[in-house]
Amino acid sequence: MSLLVTGSAIVAQQGDPLLFDVDLTAVGIVVGKVLVIFAFLLVATMFMVWFERKLISDMQNRIGPNLAGPFGILQTLADGIKFFFKEDLIPDRAQRRVFILAPFLSFVPAFLLFVVIPFGGDFNDGNAGVVTIFGRETFLQVADPPIGVLFILAMSSLAVYGAMLAGWSSGSKYPLLGSVRQSAQMISYEAAMGLAIIAVVVKTGSLSTHDIVVTQAGEGLGGILPNWGVLLTLGVPFVIFVIAATAELNRPPFDLVEAEQELVGGFHTEYSSIRFALFFLAEFMNTVTMSAIFVTLFLGGPAGPVLFGPGWLWGIIWFALKVFVFLFMFVWFRATLPRLRYDQLMDLGWKVLIPLSLGWILLLVALDLAQDQNWNLFAVGIGAAVVFFCAAMLLRAAVRSGQATRHTLEVPD
Amino acid sequence: MPEAVLLGGEQTTTAVEWVVFIIAATTTLLGSFGVIMARNPVHAALSLVGSLFSVAVLFLNQGAEFLAAVQVIVYTGAIVILILFVLMLLGIDTEEDLEDEPLRGQMPVAVGIGVLLTASVFALTQLVGFDVVTGTPEVTAAIRDDMPNINQIGRLLFTDFVVATQLAGVMLTVAVVGAVVMARRPREYQPIPEPESMDAPLSLDPTDQGADNGAEVAD
Repeated sequence: MSLLVTGSAIVAQQGDPLLFDVDLTAVGIVVGKVLVIFAFLLVATMFMVWFERKLISDMQNRIGPNLAGPFGILQTLADGIKFFFKEDLIPDRAQRRVFILAPFLSFVPAFLLFVVIPFGGDFNDGNAGVVTIFGRETFLQVADPPIGVLFILAMSSLAVYGAMLAGWSSGSKYPLLGSVRQSAQMISYEAAMGLAIIAVVVKTGSLSTHDIVVTQAGEGLGGILPNWGVLLTLGVPFVIFVIAATAELNRPPFDLVEAEQELVGGFHTEYSSIRFALFFLAEFMNTVTMSAIFVTLFLGGPAGPVLFGPGWLWGIIWFALKVFVFLFMFVWFRATLPRLRYDQLMDLGWKVLIPLSLGWILLLVALDLAQDQNWNLFAVGIGAAVVFFCAAMLLRAAVRSGQATRHTLEVPD
Repeated sequence: MPEAVLLGGEQTTTAVEWVVFIIAATTTLLGSFGVIMARNPVHAALSLVGSLFSVAVLFLNQGAEFLAAVQVIVYTGAIVILILFVLMLLGIDTEEDLEDEPLRGQMPVAVGIGVLLTASVFALTQLVGFDVVTGTPEVTAAIRDDMPNINQIGRLLFTDFVVATQLAGVMLTVAVVGAVVMARRPREYQPIPEPESMDAPLSLDPTDQGADNGAEVAD
């Protein structure tokens, strides 16, 4: 019962204070925030492309791009300009309208996802990230709907369409195979990702991304550790989310969608010129956005100590630093891990990640309830571990027996 | 913002809501027509996405954010599966595949049912008044003003309607188990016949046609 009550306690002042009184200044501020986000995302994406190439070169003992600008940092810009002047080809057998629509369908959700991410503000001393712009109090976040987390899930399920329609409309075999792989993979891992997010939502008691960050900005265990989602949920949902998000982004080691050795280029094989550039940008932008979601859900978003100067600036700095850690992690994955086989990918998603995340939610809720009812936490923990073990063994037995019967059924003597 | 309107307790329809309603309602109708008019099955499925997405916007316009989000999450995922079915299982992703109608005489029946339903909606509005069937704030407003509708729905689902919720859960579980059982049903084992050309001796000589016309050689 108390779970519900804590949820309603923060409701009194729901949402961005800017929108309680909408006038021209408020509209101007919102438009300004949208422009800042737009510019930030484009710059961050360009940086990410350069960063990935440079870091991978370092890890592979190469130099990487080094001619355009200092350290080759303008390489992405040069590539972009080149893409603009390339010939734009549309295959004869393509479904013209869908073929043209597809790159935008993968580009737009990548942008929209970022509007619910809090990217700055001072969360210390009960400040709740409120900043004052032109005499108006607001959050450093474009929108704070009460359904923020659901919005993230909705946009990531929309993102499937871009690649799937691109592959289908190309009228060519390899893109179609790539897009079918991609939609199967994204649908499978979306479940695990959603369940990992639910663990955070259960612990923070809100679906609004801003409230999630505010909860995480509070004092953590023993007053030393931060109250971050990764600690609140005892770590496992974070690991599940890392794996599921990497699969959702189609990044290595889950990049079967565009496995060059098998599928040429996957769903965007037939694309050229600026349309290809849009896919390319969307992919890297999704990486940046997913890192931002990581930070928001598990690492306290822009919350962090203020060392000197204005608090809102430190919010932005902490946010950028935390996002950077995840960008590094994704590049590191790519440089280190070999690609999974397709059956391994499906087994990992359905037989490991989904059962584990479901069980972990039950465990978290049980611990919450025990704390609420003043039960013996130790006894509850032992009981939960026993139940967990039994369920895992049961699942294993079921999978084994399923495999055994399938083999005997399909190949009779 | 619908939320602000909701919390303020204001129950009138604003100009912004009207504009959003007209745009979303138009795209809903256009999408629905696209579903039945499109010659290409994938285009029809895409029109369905557009139509359902516009319905989500209409929900948002009514201040029902939760329904809007769930509408997008559930239906976009479902239609991806639908398109995959069209492409992979039925193999009808071209216009020619739809030329002969599988259900004969379904069109007059559909028109009849459509007319009947429209007539009943009109009859209802005449008998009881427009408030019952249209989304006016007096009918569709939140039950309580002091919490977002996610919390309200959650409370209702796990208190007043807990039996219905659990029954729905059981039904979905049965559906999943049923789907797995159907997919895992043992099939008749049929060994794939060896192609006859495999018997013919493989020749590297381009003038020798034996490798290509293995069947003729075997005759």
